[in-house]
Amino acid sequence: MNAPASPPSPYSSAIGKSNVESHTLSVLVDNEPGVLARVVGLFSGRGYNIESLTVAEVAHGEHLSRITIVTTGTPEVIEQISHQLERIVPIHKVTDLTVGGKFIQRELAMVKVAGKGESRVETLRLAEAFRAKVIDATTESFVFELTGSTTKIDDFVELMRPLGLVEVSRTGVAAISRGPERI
Amino acid sequence: MSRQMTGAEMIVEALKDQGVETIFGYPGGAVLPIYDALFHQNKVHHVLVRHEQGAGHAAEGYARSTGKVGVLLVTSGPGATNAVTALTDALMDSIPIVCISGQVPTHLIGSDAFQECDTVGITRHCTKHNYLVKRIEDLPRILHEAFYVAAAGRPGPVVIDVPKDVQFAVGTYSAPRGIHHKTYQPKLKGDRDKIRQAVAMMAAAKKPVFYTGGGVINSGPAASHLLRELVQLTGFPITSTLMGLGAYPAPDPQWLGMLGMHGAYEANNAMHDCDLMIAVGARFDDRITGRLDAFSPNSKKIHIDIDPSSINKNVKVDLGIVGDCAHVLEDMVTLWRSGAHEQDKKAHESWWKKIDGWRARNSLAFKPSTETIKPQYAIQRLYELTKDRKTYITTEVGQHQMWAAQHYYFTEPNRWMTSGGLGTMGYGLPAAIGAQMAHRDALVIDIAGEASILMNIQELSTAVQFRCPVKIFILNNEYMGMVRQWQELLHGGRYSQSYSEALPDFVKLAEAYGAHGIRCSDPAKLDDAIKEMIDHPGVVIFDCRVDKAENCLPMIPSGKAHNEMILPDEDDDIGSVIDDKGKMLV
Repeated sequence: MNAPASPPSPYSSAIGKSNVESHTLSVLVDNEPGVLARVVGLFSGRGYNIESLTVAEVAHGEHLSRITIVTTGTPEVIEQISHQLERIVPIHKVTDLTVGGKFIQRELAMVKVAGKGESRVETLRLAEAFRAKVIDATTESFVFELTGSTTKIDDFVELMRPLGLVEVSRTGVAAISRGPERI
Repeated sequence: MSRQMTGAEMIVEALKDQGVETIFGYPGGAVLPIYDALFHQNKVHHVLVRHEQGAGHAAEGYARSTGKVGVLLVTSGPGATNAVTALTDALMDSIPIVCISGQVPTHLIGSDAFQECDTVGITRHCTKHNYLVKRIEDLPRILHEAFYVAAAGRPGPVVIDVPKDVQFAVGTYSAPRGIHHKTYQPKLKGDRDKIRQAVAMMAAAKKPVFYTGGGVINSGPAASHLLRELVQLTGFPITSTLMGLGAYPAPDPQWLGMLGMHGAYEANNAMHDCDLMIAVGARFDDRITGRLDAFSPNSKKIHIDIDPSSINKNVKVDLGIVGDCAHVLEDMVTLWRSGAHEQDKKAHESWWKKIDGWRARNSLAFKPSTETIKPQYAIQRLYELTKDRKTYITTEVGQHQMWAAQHYYFTEPNRWMTSGGLGTMGYGLPAAIGAQMAHRDALVIDIAGEASILMNIQELSTAVQFRCPVKIFILNNEYMGMVRQWQELLHGGRYSQSYSEALPDFVKLAEAYGAHGIRCSDPAKLDDAIKEMIDHPGVVIFDCRVDKAENCLPMIPSGKAHNEMILPDEDDDIGSVIDDKGKMLV
């Protein structure tokens, strides 16, 4: 984090660069071929960050998919990202959940831990504290299923590391606003 | 009205229904059914180009000179990849074109078949939208939708990739009905409150300036009319971008000339010193702003644009109005007329006095010569000898392009076609053919450089075949002039690879293609030679031998601000004006 600041380019934006924030965007799209490529291509082509991206169809009848993107940038960059996304023809709606009020985000992870003896007991005790479910077990391994915020999953994975962490599979973030309204 | 027909017939039918009279294309294996369908009718006129890039630029020239959607038809694989530069050009300059490309049959897609390429994958980044049509049932809807998407909102290129089996398949065609696109509905009307706020800011301004761009042209002739009305009502000065030339008549005293890197001193200084900037259909491109942190530091900024992502993209503005230029300008004119505005007359007077001071600096001046033709002089003479005709000007890219923008005075929109955003050498000749096909009786001139013209010289053959009497006016200085100028600025005058060696004899070249060639190197004979070009009924190449060393000035060097221009009489040592940071820029 202590990298020397590069000199500002004369063509770079006069807009401040210091206040980088993380935002969660919900994007409703037509579920048609290429739509995910358009979204991902926009991020790579314009140099935006993707921290997490999930996509699945949410309304079969209407062929609507919902993409949840966690991205980072200054408020100005985040506004640009929203507007650039809105320009993509098959996109119905872009909602910045982070500016829209309260919302919930969750991730699902499967965590494989191998070990014997005392460490197995400790592994199970911690899993219980995190309300992680055992979904596969052998005499020398567990696979846990865990749902929660990104930081909760990060914490659990860190705890499992010295106890014989083998591998992790995560879904990325899904998010929804609180209260009765739809996006 | 729905009828049974093949996919290929549907394409031709849709072109007719969309009012397309001329398309530009090149046949190949994957579009043969479409060419067969074209053979059986005579409503849609096909212009055979010599390279698909030419088809794309011709469609752009057609579109920009008419306000209609331009169409090109190319085959799969190399046909599609050759069109990519033109598609990108249209995306950057917001030109509505539809490109229909053939594709290998659906069952071969992904098998690396002969002349297969992932056209929708390749063109996803250089089109506004694109489609791969996998089922004949989808074809009619996609065809009509493509024309809507290309033209609606901020215009742009759209690709429809049609596999050969879909072209042969039979389905039900229906004519376009009022399209209500389910997701793409650009906002045309501006927010009334914001427009009111804008008018109040304009009424209070002491040092205002209009800064207008290609969006005014794209919005249609009504937008140019309304702009003229508003500028004259307010009495404000106006400057336009390269893409915006012609929206406001250049000879008018309120016009400050083009702004930006090679803009007029008065235009750039007015931008720098103004207290209110009204940006209309312009996008704060880096050629316009120069150094961003020193860009118009003390002004409030109003930005009218149909594309919400243009607002606050490069420059933070105080008031962004999303809407079509014509709609917003109309509301502004109405509001301005209905209110009694107490403008600060005294402040305006002193603002104009300041502008006149900058104007007196005469930044477009050049040293006249009786020995050699100065390129600026050539453009001035060309303007004087063509201004009373219906004239369309296209350009290639480089010094000649900037000189044309500086010294040719445009009074009407849609008369000026140039590659602004992408800067595509080779644009001008095919674009001129496109414009001439749409305006058969007009005078169409491609102002070119000797290097640029060679990039799509093959289209000379197209012009001759279709009796498309375009005039190619080459400012021949035997250099890639703008490259040479930058090498002088940045690289100690080491002219690496920028000399146009082994040039063809352009007069003989013209003759070889069946066109007419003229050469002139004497300023005293220039007028007669230009008249000869104009009067010749066919295609002409005019090899205008100009001063080889002339630089294009004034100039905002890279990394500098609007008020740090190099002026023509200060160019003795242009090699030392750019600092290390500026050298990094393009």
